[in-house]
Amino acid sequence: MSITTLRTSARDIPAIGGPLSWMRTGRGWPVLPLAILIPFVFIATFANLIAPYDPTEPIPGAKIFEPPFWAQGGSFHTLLGTDYQSRDVLSRLIFGARVSLIVGVMGTIVAGGLGTALGMLAGYIGGWVDQVIMRVTDAWLALPAIVFAIFLATMVGPSMWNIVIILGAVYWTRYARVIRGEVLSLRERDFVKLAEIAGASRTRIIIRHILPNVMNSTMVLASLTIGVVIIAEASLSFLGVGVPPPQPAWGSMLADGRSMLMVGDWWLTIFPGLGILLVVLATQLLGDWLRIRLDPQQRNL
Amino acid sequence: MPPLLEVSELRTHFTSFGGTRVVKAVDDVSFTLDEGETLGLIGESGCGKTTTCLSIVSLLPPAARIAGGRIMFAGEDLTKKTQREMRHIRGRSIAMILQDPMASLNPLFSIYMQVGEPAYYHQNIRGRSLRQRVQDLLRSVRIPSPTMRMRDYPHQMSGGMRQRIVGAIALAGGPKLIIADEPTTNLDVTIQAQYLDLLKDLQEDTGVAIIFVTHNLGIVAKMCDKMAVMYAGKIVEQASVRNLFDAPKHPYTKALLSSLPKLGSKAPLYAIPGQPPNLARLPTGCAFHPRCRDAIPLCTEHEPQETRFGPEWTAHCWCAAQAMQEAYDRASA
Amino acid sequence: MGQFMIRRTVYALITLFILSLTIFTVVRLTGDPVTLMAEPGAKDADLALVRAEWGLDRSLPMQYAAFLKNILTGELGQSFNYEMPVSTLYFQRLPNSLELALAATLISFVIGIPAGIVSAVRVNSPWDHVGKTIALLGLSIPGFWLGLVMILVFSVWLEWLPTSGQGDWRNLIMPAIALGWYFAASLLRLTRSSMLEVLRSEYIKLAHLKGLPSFTVIAIHAFKNALIPVLTLAGVNLVVMINAAVIIEVIFAWPGIGRLLYEGIFQRDFPLVQGVVMEAGIMIVLINLIVDILYAYIDPRIRLAR
Repeated sequence: MSITTLRTSARDIPAIGGPLSWMRTGRGWPVLPLAILIPFVFIATFANLIAPYDPTEPIPGAKIFEPPFWAQGGSFHTLLGTDYQSRDVLSRLIFGARVSLIVGVMGTIVAGGLGTALGMLAGYIGGWVDQVIMRVTDAWLALPAIVFAIFLATMVGPSMWNIVIILGAVYWTRYARVIRGEVLSLRERDFVKLAEIAGASRTRIIIRHILPNVMNSTMVLASLTIGVVIIAEASLSFLGVGVPPPQPAWGSMLADGRSMLMVGDWWLTIFPGLGILLVVLATQLLGDWLRIRLDPQQRNL
Repeated sequence: MPPLLEVSELRTHFTSFGGTRVVKAVDDVSFTLDEGETLGLIGESGCGKTTTCLSIVSLLPPAARIAGGRIMFAGEDLTKKTQREMRHIRGRSIAMILQDPMASLNPLFSIYMQVGEPAYYHQNIRGRSLRQRVQDLLRSVRIPSPTMRMRDYPHQMSGGMRQRIVGAIALAGGPKLIIADEPTTNLDVTIQAQYLDLLKDLQEDTGVAIIFVTHNLGIVAKMCDKMAVMYAGKIVEQASVRNLFDAPKHPYTKALLSSLPKLGSKAPLYAIPGQPPNLARLPTGCAFHPRCRDAIPLCTEHEPQETRFGPEWTAHCWCAAQAMQEAYDRASA
Repeated sequence: MGQFMIRRTVYALITLFILSLTIFTVVRLTGDPVTLMAEPGAKDADLALVRAEWGLDRSLPMQYAAFLKNILTGELGQSFNYEMPVSTLYFQRLPNSLELALAATLISFVIGIPAGIVSAVRVNSPWDHVGKTIALLGLSIPGFWLGLVMILVFSVWLEWLPTSGQGDWRNLIMPAIALGWYFAASLLRLTRSSMLEVLRSEYIKLAHLKGLPSFTVIAIHAFKNALIPVLTLAGVNLVVMINAAVIIEVIFAWPGIGRLLYEGIFQRDFPLVQGVVMEAGIMIVLINLIVDILYAYIDPRIRLAR
């Protein structure tokens, strides 16, 4: 393994949480992250009940580029203003949350599932299986994630579920490398040796003995990946190779708002960005909390 | 003449969990050391030996602080010194040798720089005379061809050589006291013996006093003039090495000595039963009573007082005190 | 040492081979690039002509051989739009990307390293909390959104800085901050943890025992040791920034490699996209190889351990 890529294990990425106590009060529960994430998931899930308008259709009678209600020229019908097609920004934000949630969670599940499975295979079986998987991991890790994702998205074509698969394909390598490393040491432990002596099959050993022991690392990595995936989706959508219009996504909303930035129509840029910021911040904090929970060694860092 | 170092009633406490729990790592420790003398500080790991030493050089971890007592060194109380003042004492008057020679040297700096630093900062020696000084120091710790070797980096040296380099660093400021914290635990036995001989020779040449922290009684017997046995943050017995090896008074000292293999003896080695105590949850009375063969009811209730057996010989043990009392009564009857 | 270099080089070549295979496969997997690229209503005969021109009518192994040949000659194929070798375009844009990446590296150093050191030296103090908050926000605020907000504030509202384009330092400052932001946070985290690790070491304890001033201990003894992983990361980051600054370059109309990739996407110039991605991969694999070998030279422990 290369020295420059050594620092890719979950343990090597230092948790910064720890004593960020002002963000965590109340018996060590991650209050702030949950205070953001629970409403976020709720809004994303019930978007069609909460959103005041259809996010993809212009509001009849509304002007384009209406500012939020408190600014001059704003109205209470469209609380956060309208965009270039006189669509309701609030409704688009609410439906955009759904895209971020789905892509963030599903992309992480695909990446984590694929990476954990291949990492376990590489680590436990070894030999040429290990060589093939790890060389592919090295090669795919060499490309900057966003460049690789843009390349895949350009070739595969835009759709939300394509983006899920693409981001899964881009980010599984991080899991594979960490999990393989852990399996290499697990393989030498007594309980695995005993199971081998008792004649358990490889499949059984991997599922019954290896998998439960690497789940902690997978969870910690997943908590780190989810924010990264959400930002990656926003980036792809911003560049127009992500979630295709007219489906609202925070990234494409930012792209739409960009042309109006010069004339000072700030609401088209500020709100989607704040959405990304809050959600990613919350997942980061939750991830740090989880890491400290699952890995007591991190507590002192 | 007053002793070089006089530690009296030193208490060093660790506070954790925001001050809710106090661990008395060093609890009422007193000893003295004259110039050129060697004191062996022995005990199991976690008994407070290292904390005692770090208190002297005032390099305690952030959670620890000196809660009481005095450390008189060359007529000055070190507990009253600021960190800035302590800096001029550390490396100049008091040096310390750490446990792990592999880890004690900075991998990215040459031997010359690391050995020369104390002289550079404390004595303002520069240039050619600094090079000369480093060469002399390396020669004194028997590094062959020092002119060549001082350009080397730590990884180019063997473990024994590195520990001698650490010794040279300790000598660099011309100290009056060297604290050696288990300096040989990570060395091979033959190298260990060489290193101890070296320290002894250096002590004869320079007249430096040494505190030798160890759990190896063989080293104490070889190196030290007197010894102090620590258990659970306290010194349970101290005396000259000869006295303690001949007639230990405290059951813990006895147990330690009987766990030492003797040449030609066929008697089985004695292992002290039980575990060293958790300093956060000490037993009542004498901390050693749960593991003590001779414990009497009194031991579980009251902390033993100091009993004096000779001019420089004290122990904290009810049994030993009673035996002493009986002998005294019998003699006076 | 020689063996180490040979092994690392072989690994780098394998990595590049797999990368080329990946890129080749992805382009072919998704169907016929010509149909994806063609204008709606293009004639079949025209399509066939384009296919023949690109060698897409040949068998897959032949196509792959042609692709490899393109890589090995350093041309990386012809851009459809510019009708120039991709590598020529890439190296035309490289100085611009390098300029931006160097400025962003400077920003990430200025923020990340001092804050990381202070955070580690004064661990759990208010300073540390500030450092940790920067680290947290660095990973949570998307750099491109930061760029948009900066344009809004400094160009539109305050009218201090030009919104986009290349020119003097005033054109450079916002894209450099937007790009360097994330990397500042990651440098901060690494500096902090690396510094904490070093500060706990025995040789730092010995440095204190020598009676050195605390500043000397931190600035000379600890910093030099903590710096090795930090500089390694910064070196790799620089190459990543050169190649991956797509959105930042789009937002600030910066004529670099990222923008070249974006143009390729928009004009459906598949050879260009494919070539730029491959070139980015080659650059990064090479820099990793160089850093590994340099590292082995700098740190003798590694040299001896292998």
